[in-house]
Amino acid sequence: MTSRLDPQPLEWLDRSETLSFEFEGLAFTGFAGDSISSALLASNQTLLGRSFKYHRPRGAVTLANHDVNALFQSSEEPNIRGDVTPLAAGMSLTACNVNGSLEKDKDQIIGKLSRFLPVGFYYKSFHKPKKLFPMWERVIREKAGLGTIDTRWDARRKAKTYGFCDLLVVGAGASGMQAALTAAEQGLDVVLADENPHIGGSLDYQLANDDSAAPIRTALKQKVQSHANIRVLPGHLACGWYTDHYVPLLGPEGIVKMRARAVISATGVMEQPAVFRNNDLPGVMMASGAQRLVARYAVKPGQRAVVLTANSEGYRAALDMLAAGVEVAAVVDMGKADSRGRWADELKSKNVSVLEGHAVYEAKGKDKLKQVVVAPFDGSACNLKLAREIDADLLLMSVGWAPAAQLLYQAGSRLAYDSTLEQILPQELPSGIFACGRLNGAFTLDQRLADGERAGTEAAAFLKDQPLPAEQTDCRDTEAHSHPWPIVDHPKGKNFVDYDEDLQLKDLVNAAKEGFDNIELMKRFSTVGMGPSQGKHANMNGIRVLAAVTGRTIDQTGSTTARPMFHPVPVQALAGRRFRAERLTAMHQWHLDNGAQMMEAGAWLRPEFYGRQEERAQAILREVQAVRTGLGLIDVSTLGKIEVMGPDAGKLLDGAYTMRMSNIKQDMTRYALMVDESGVIVDDGIAARVAEDRFYVSATTSHADATFRTLSRHIVEWGLDVRLVNRTGTLAAMNLAGPHARKLLAPLTDIDLSEENFPYLGFKEGNLCGVPVRLIRVGFVGELGYEIHLPIESAQLVWNTLMNKGAEYGIRPFGVEAQRVLRLEKGHIIVGQDTDGLTNPFEANMPWAVPLKSKPWFTGKPSLALLKERCQRTLRGFMLPKGYSGELPKECHLLIDSGDIAGRITSIAYSPSLGRYIGLAMVDQPLAGSDRMYQVRVDSGALVPLEPCAIPFYDAEGERQTIDLTEVA
Amino acid sequence: MKVFDCPVIGPRPISEFDYIGEVRRPPMDADEPTWAAYVFNRQGAPGLLREWWYHRPTGRWYVMERDTLKDEVVRFIDLEEVRYDIPA
Repeated sequence: MTSRLDPQPLEWLDRSETLSFEFEGLAFTGFAGDSISSALLASNQTLLGRSFKYHRPRGAVTLANHDVNALFQSSEEPNIRGDVTPLAAGMSLTACNVNGSLEKDKDQIIGKLSRFLPVGFYYKSFHKPKKLFPMWERVIREKAGLGTIDTRWDARRKAKTYGFCDLLVVGAGASGMQAALTAAEQGLDVVLADENPHIGGSLDYQLANDDSAAPIRTALKQKVQSHANIRVLPGHLACGWYTDHYVPLLGPEGIVKMRARAVISATGVMEQPAVFRNNDLPGVMMASGAQRLVARYAVKPGQRAVVLTANSEGYRAALDMLAAGVEVAAVVDMGKADSRGRWADELKSKNVSVLEGHAVYEAKGKDKLKQVVVAPFDGSACNLKLAREIDADLLLMSVGWAPAAQLLYQAGSRLAYDSTLEQILPQELPSGIFACGRLNGAFTLDQRLADGERAGTEAAAFLKDQPLPAEQTDCRDTEAHSHPWPIVDHPKGKNFVDYDEDLQLKDLVNAAKEGFDNIELMKRFSTVGMGPSQGKHANMNGIRVLAAVTGRTIDQTGSTTARPMFHPVPVQALAGRRFRAERLTAMHQWHLDNGAQMMEAGAWLRPEFYGRQEERAQAILREVQAVRTGLGLIDVSTLGKIEVMGPDAGKLLDGAYTMRMSNIKQDMTRYALMVDESGVIVDDGIAARVAEDRFYVSATTSHADATFRTLSRHIVEWGLDVRLVNRTGTLAAMNLAGPHARKLLAPLTDIDLSEENFPYLGFKEGNLCGVPVRLIRVGFVGELGYEIHLPIESAQLVWNTLMNKGAEYGIRPFGVEAQRVLRLEKGHIIVGQDTDGLTNPFEANMPWAVPLKSKPWFTGKPSLALLKERCQRTLRGFMLPKGYSGELPKECHLLIDSGDIAGRITSIAYSPSLGRYIGLAMVDQPLAGSDRMYQVRVDSGALVPLEPCAIPFYDAEGERQTIDLTEVA
Repeated sequence: MKVFDCPVIGPRPISEFDYIGEVRRPPMDADEPTWAAYVFNRQGAPGLLREWWYHRPTGRWYVMERDTLKDEVVRFIDLEEVRYDIPA
């Protein structure tokens, strides 16, 4: 048996294509164009899911992406929204939130226990006794949350694209299409987006059978689709509004980041449920939901219907049900029928019984609606003496609307309750934001078209910077389309305000009585509006309840914040393609070819060491020994390299760095330490004097861009005549270090390498291997060393030559790890490893780098002058005891003194030169100033003794840096 | 995402800019409380604020006067206005 109707004029189905799928182990079919829910309903599967908390039976309600109790699980994806997800052949689905099967969910028992689970019971119940909480946590985690994620997921990525337009119109219903047309006629570049796969909006389901709407629908659709200035984007959800009209549109191909100059929200209204006992039974639907089901999917929603209404739309829905072959047992009007217009007249002419001044008191049935109990209603309560039961398997609710105003709220609009329409309406819209249609209170088709034209005209005038037309047309309706209190109490409850979270009327009343009587507090305490639909059919009634309990108006009660996204957006769409730039040095391929293990250093990839991962320790050791006894070559291209030129170059560097740079002698370098205004170390490098008005400055790998930025700002704010060039990417650099360095270089260069001409810390320009280079005598690793800076084009040639010619001295390439050991033996710090966001130069043992007396000013000087005598900690060297063989301390392990934290290890490594483990630790005073042993707490909790010792650990006199090659030859 | 309508290079998205904060002038020769207040306190009250913005693709600095309540740029400040001399 099927509930599929004969073809409907506007249906979305392609009946030539039948799709087979499985649900709960049973075989089903549907048509292409079906949603999962519509295909199941066509096969009379009305039970689609279970509610979140009580596991009550639930069915289709809206067919508008708000049916969050009809969620489905596939092997790949949890929480598939059946009401809008297109059916695909071969789908294998189960219900989401069931214990056992959908039909026989074992957790239905929770519904019976509901009176022991009052609002807020999570907060009240499980925290004591404390020792039971881990057990409760497991239970709650098992019960809470929906769906199951396959953690072995494959990354499926969708590229993001960028879009631009003058005007974005969100919502392609009657008013949205009209607004787009009006603006496009004015020459504007318009994008018209709608979340549905087809444009038309409510014209296509609510007015599908209304003869007067047909020609308007045809003409509007034809015009927007053929207009040269309109790009129509069906199937594109406006996820949210961001500053300056930046609206991500989620489409089938991923997100389009649409930048508009103005936005019209024609997003319409969302139908709201009536609150009565068992208003969640399958068979109880929004009237608009049933209309969607008929018009879009040609599915007959039931056999015998009762229509509960408080507006003219309910009569339209009753007429549509009749047209679909549904028997309409009664229309239950909460007010008077005579104000409901021509649809009511038409219905009455068909001899359908209309019960005026009545409401639905209760729905009855087990897993499906069987009877509807109706009774006279005085606006707040039912008169049960006159209650009667009507047999029905379908109950349509047409009692009111809430604006889909999320985009308006996000843009900073002010909305207020209108007591004529009993609806929240836009009051003040920010610059460039416009609203039209039912969202704006225009309900009849004529009003909606006029309102669309008004909004389009206003948007065009705004964008063309023209005055608005003097005559402002008011297109708002004068009849209410929402009931101010569509709520009926029942002593046995189960009258749900929030389907997402199973919140009953009494839960909200009790939350307010417990003092959570502010809308934001009530939301968080009761979780109203916090489920998957984000309150799309709960917030309005929640606000009405709170207003009634507190005796405040709707406006005084307020509304919760409407944050993006409007509907859930898959993370794969948000992530887009992975885009993480990796910077590679000129020698990158050589490193890979020679077995380097690469590591990330800022945006760069650098060799960590050369060799197999299993031989990591030995490989690093070999590299260290090569530098100490023979030769090593390391790629340091990642260093920041900045050219500083101009008459004020020295003044700039004097102000930006702690030490004086303006008096560096030609062809010499100086350590360059940069601190911020609070005196904290932010960067270090070296500055070389290239010429009277020219310096060459290096910076650490990860801070290079920030240093360049800081220097360039100082030029502006100090009004200096300086030019900066960031040469980090165009120059390569390598450091040739070891006692044979000079011997290898001498025959390859025209630069005089003698100690007299090119001393330690010297700088020379010249040629090496026939290409122009800059050489700097450096000592970071503690051996005779030359840093070679050269254009990236010639870097590989020089690198290869040095490696080939250096073979006779046992040259090895070395990586970052060996360099860390080598510099640690010399006690040289690494900014960011041995210092943190609070470390000043005094704490880092560098008072020599802070010339407080001789320099009148540098950034951070006043702070350092104050800090000099107030250091609370100092960087100290330590060694592990000779022969120590226990658990090794690691970086960041804490020093413990008399039971208190007294510092932390910042660097630790095995020193092959000393044959012991050495390290640096940031040690608190007074321990740092004492000569007591330190203790460090390792991972196991054990305390390991450390011997404090002087820095540097190796070659304290620095003799190795000027070593004469003849002595070691 | 915000767009700055730059007088030199036209409208650019804020993602191309680094925000550096309020334009400030260090109080030279200040006493300790004044200096500490300069280092650690920032003007946080909503209102007009002069701010440094750095446009990464061009390496250009801007000072914008922004209404931090409305998040609107009121004007671009001539950089001459924010200059000060440092003791040499």
